[in-house]
Amino acid sequence: MTWALDHLGEIMSRAGQHAWLAGVPLVLGLLIALPLGWLAARQPRLRAVLLTSTGLLYTIPSLALFILLPPLLGTKILDPVNVIVAMTVYTVALLTRTVADGLSSVDGSTRQAAVAMGYGSFARFRAVDLPLAVPVIAAGLRVAAVSNVSIVSVASLIGISQLGYFLTDGYARSFPTEVWVGIVACLLLALVFDLVIQVVSRFLTPWTRAVAT
Amino acid sequence: MIRFEGVTKRYVEASGTGGGAESVAVDDLTLEAPTGQITVLVGPSGCGKTTTLRMVNRMITPTSGTISIDGRDTASLDVAELRRGIGYVIQHAGLFPHRTVLDNVTTVPRLLGTDKRTARSRAMELIERVGLDPAMARRYPAQLSGGQQQRVGVARALAADPPVMLMDEPFSAVDPVVREQLQNEFLRLQSELGKTILFVTHDIDEAVKLGDQVAVLRVGGILAQLDSPARLLADPVDDFVAGFVGRDRGYRALSFGAALELSLADEPTVRLGATAAEVRAVGTAWVLCVGDAGEPLGWVRAAAVESEVTTRVLHRGGTVASTTGSLRALLDAALSSPSGRGVVADDDGRLVGTIRAAEVIPAIEARRDGVGATTGSGTHAQTSARPAEEATAR
Ligand SMILES: Nc1ncnc2c1ncn2[C@@H]1O[C@H](COP(=O)(O)OP(=O)(O)O)[C@@H](O)[C@H]1O
Ligand SMILES: [Mg+2]
Repeated sequence: MTWALDHLGEIMSRAGQHAWLAGVPLVLGLLIALPLGWLAARQPRLRAVLLTSTGLLYTIPSLALFILLPPLLGTKILDPVNVIVAMTVYTVALLTRTVADGLSSVDGSTRQAAVAMGYGSFARFRAVDLPLAVPVIAAGLRVAAVSNVSIVSVASLIGISQLGYFLTDGYARSFPTEVWVGIVACLLLALVFDLVIQVVSRFLTPWTRAVAT
Repeated sequence: MIRFEGVTKRYVEASGTGGGAESVAVDDLTLEAPTGQITVLVGPSGCGKTTTLRMVNRMITPTSGTISIDGRDTASLDVAELRRGIGYVIQHAGLFPHRTVLDNVTTVPRLLGTDKRTARSRAMELIERVGLDPAMARRYPAQLSGGQQQRVGVARALAADPPVMLMDEPFSAVDPVVREQLQNEFLRLQSELGKTILFVTHDIDEAVKLGDQVAVLRVGGILAQLDSPARLLADPVDDFVAGFVGRDRGYRALSFGAALELSLADEPTVRLGATAAEVRAVGTAWVLCVGDAGEPLGWVRAAAVESEVTTRVLHRGGTVASTTGSLRALLDAALSSPSGRGVVADDDGRLVGTIRAAEVIPAIEARRDGVGATTGSGTHAQTSARPAEEATAR
């Protein structure tokens, strides 16, 4: 405990870096998954191709990705951009299916009514399908957030600063307290992500709380 | 006017081998839905009603043939523009769950660029007009009953004041009591608005009640008969239509048109509070009790009155027919009356007299002979094509 208090500054700065490395890909991944999911929801044939290929991305081991990306991107091995890109890939892998499922979950009669009112397909996506998919997408984002927070810690193996450092460093020094601090800090960070996603989703979906009176 | 000319829709059944059998959903349909009237498409499930309706707003593209609205070929119009000029109401309303009632209703006006304030004030008017409490405007669809959602669906379809409305079984998913209310209010609304309406149902009673004209379709999307409801009941063209129209069509046909001439009997009456002696002075079996304005309240069995006539001893089983009402209502009044004398009132609800079933029959025969004279002409006056009960309610 005293170790944690003594190192509070370092913990906070590494937590900040960790949040950045896990959070930015969450946003980027969502932005990429939205159009992909939209295509998958529109085209049954594309759906199979898109969901299988994005699903496969998730099976690439993270360490391999961290090492393979620099030559592909022309970045240095220690560049945090590698981690951002890798985590974005994982987020896309997780979210494409969620977005597709969310967009196709809209009730048939609601969709029909929207078409009959003269909504074009993009306008319908923006005004009807997307808002209604928010609860499903938010659930997917929560899974992706937790997954990102845990995968990012692996990046300490290639020397990029974040909370995972406490795990490798504590292990190397046989100092369990430091390992525990790393674990708890990761957990807390995941909880914060979860909370933020839930609050935003709640704000965007007042209708889900409207029940028959 | 919506005009179908030789419209056919063929579906190619998807099959693994790629060949695929063809099925005809709508077969060479030629039909006119006149301006300002309700044309009902009725037929068994799968006979192509929905397909026919959706070809009008181009949610489905016809395989061949043309559909025009007021002389303009729909295929030549911009599809979004076409759809925004057509109100569309469907079975489960299809409201947007994430928008309040008010925002649901303003959808099309907003798409058309009407400013928010104007769209909202017009939406509030419509919400009241379809019989909803204005307080519901702030609710979400999940907070409404099925009947209320359906009303919102109608208000939403009317919001941009489209000249044409397409309605696909809009009242089928609600219980019979609510359905009847919705139908009656729909007729009242239509009498004020005079839209050109294409209305789909599988329920022949609904078709006959709502339609100015009724098109009966058979499976395969073939038009079997297009006629006024009265003629459909009186003169089905073939066994299919006869079977579809139903068994008691002779009786139901009495809903159309009033008696040409009625021979009513004067009915002696008592008031509430009349003594037993007064009642027996009027009659020995059943005596009719009326209120202060002369409105019939119910029958009293003379023997059952102990001291005086109270509301408790009134028999209320009998229906009351109107002098301008249908023969069906007259016959029903006679059949439902405990005295066998059917109560007939004027349009203000005041007692005019009574009639026995045996006296209604000649009126029915007289009218049939009158109708017989026009059989085959194919034309019918609008007023007589309407069920008489609604005629008075409108
Ligand atoms: N997308 C489609 N593909 C193939 N067949 C269809 C399709 N839509 C409807 N059908 C067929 O066309 C016929 C008419 O359908 P529909 O217009 O929905 O009937 P209704 O509304 O009268 O019940 C049915 O036999 C139905 O199976
Ligand atoms: Mg149908």
